[in-house]
Amino acid sequence: MRVAAQIDVSAPREVVWDWITDPARQLHFLSGVTRWEVCGDQQRGCGARYRMLMRVGSAEVGGLVEVVEFDEPGDMAWTSVTGLDQRGRWRLREVGPGRTHVEFRLSYGVAGSGLFGWISEQVAAPTVNGHLRRSLQQLKRSVEHDQLRRAAAERRGARASA
Amino acid sequence: MPWALRAARAGPHRLGSMSETTAAKGSLNGHSTNGRMHDEEPAAPRASGASLPGRLARAVAGAVQSRIPVADLDERDPDYIRESLPRLWLLASLYFRGEVRGLGNIPEYGPVLLVGNHSGGNVTPDTHVFTLAFSAYFGVERRFHQLAHNLVLSMPGLGMLRKYGTVAASHSNAHKALESGAALLVYPGGDYEVHRPVWESGHVDFGGRKGFIRLALDHDVPIVPVVAIGGQETSLFLSRGEHLAKLLQLDKLFRLKVLPISLAIPWGLNVGDMMGHWPLPAKITIEVLPPINLREEFGPEPDHQEVYDHLMRLMQETLDALAAERRLPVLG
Repeated sequence: MRVAAQIDVSAPREVVWDWITDPARQLHFLSGVTRWEVCGDQQRGCGARYRMLMRVGSAEVGGLVEVVEFDEPGDMAWTSVTGLDQRGRWRLREVGPGRTHVEFRLSYGVAGSGLFGWISEQVAAPTVNGHLRRSLQQLKRSVEHDQLRRAAAERRGARASA
Repeated sequence: MPWALRAARAGPHRLGSMSETTAAKGSLNGHSTNGRMHDEEPAAPRASGASLPGRLARAVAGAVQSRIPVADLDERDPDYIRESLPRLWLLASLYFRGEVRGLGNIPEYGPVLLVGNHSGGNVTPDTHVFTLAFSAYFGVERRFHQLAHNLVLSMPGLGMLRKYGTVAASHSNAHKALESGAALLVYPGGDYEVHRPVWESGHVDFGGRKGFIRLALDHDVPIVPVVAIGGQETSLFLSRGEHLAKLLQLDKLFRLKVLPISLAIPWGLNVGDMMGHWPLPAKITIEVLPPINLREEFGPEPDHQEVYDHLMRLMQETLDALAAERRLPVLG
């Protein structure tokens, strides 16, 4: 099953990129995600591994994922090593000065689970889709608030120095 | 809907199977019903009379016990579990609206003894929901075994239970599982607790069985209490039928202490619950409590009764809190 959501954020692409690739910030904006922890020494980049779980229905599903594409500051993709079969992608594109189009894609399933697997994917889709949409809304809010705080701090600094 | 039918057919047996531990009564109790430990599969019961019914009962008991599989922890099949998780997820999420809290309290690595209260007759949805939650949370790669009543494991067509890591309840199997580094789920209350009447559904009742404490101490593993509510609302349980079981000598023949009586779908009056029943869609809520390291909390040689009382108090308080959250029976 493949679900996707997208949103425009009023911030430069590099700023958004910094947010989505920082493992310490994932739980701040990812909706439904109950765990996102670094496994190993590598914090980010190709080969970085994370243990992630998302609450869907009666279970927290997920597992160990590994980043397989890290094209700064545009694309980051990961795939599952253990647990639920999944492939996720963040896709950032500039749509104007200081504006970024963000797309969040996630494919998931359990290979070999047959008809029940297909049914469960369909049943879970609205929940997963909702998590993706809320994640993007929270990301937008967090990044834009952070931008505003920084801008305000700069103005205060400029006034103080003047 | 074929999936529903299959789930219904598989559910009672599988869940019932995991239901129990205590068959093990003898085993995890620290004493057996006939005065000896069930270190290995029990020998055929002694003659209970030379009458025709007595001989027939012995023959059935012998046939049942011959079907009990020898424990082989390697029969657990992670791929099978993984592929069946969507099925379990559908049943747990849509039918029982399961909710499991506090899985993060279970130590990430190493052997651990999960001790739960048990409900639902021979169809135990709490086990079903917990197995799904545990396997999804930690991954099917983590070894996870459950102890089950001999009778359940000997039922025809339930070979798949062993793929889930279910083994017959005995000291020997429990030790093997913990030695292998697995998480082991036991329900000390077993058949005694799971068939309690509906007006006792808000009580944790292990029937005084403390064998699991010795097991945890022998292996120096933490005990993690698992408290569940909702299972006893899946049918109208009326009586354990202990006197009836004793009268029919079921305790000697099958290690069954109870012959439960309930009102259940589709049987109406359901005696024994041997064929399972169609459970009502009660909301199942499970809370996993922080681990208890017995020697750290109770000293190098803990008093079993003190540990038992502490655990009972802890689990009962949690069950009371879960019960207070519920507004309506079944609906939750």
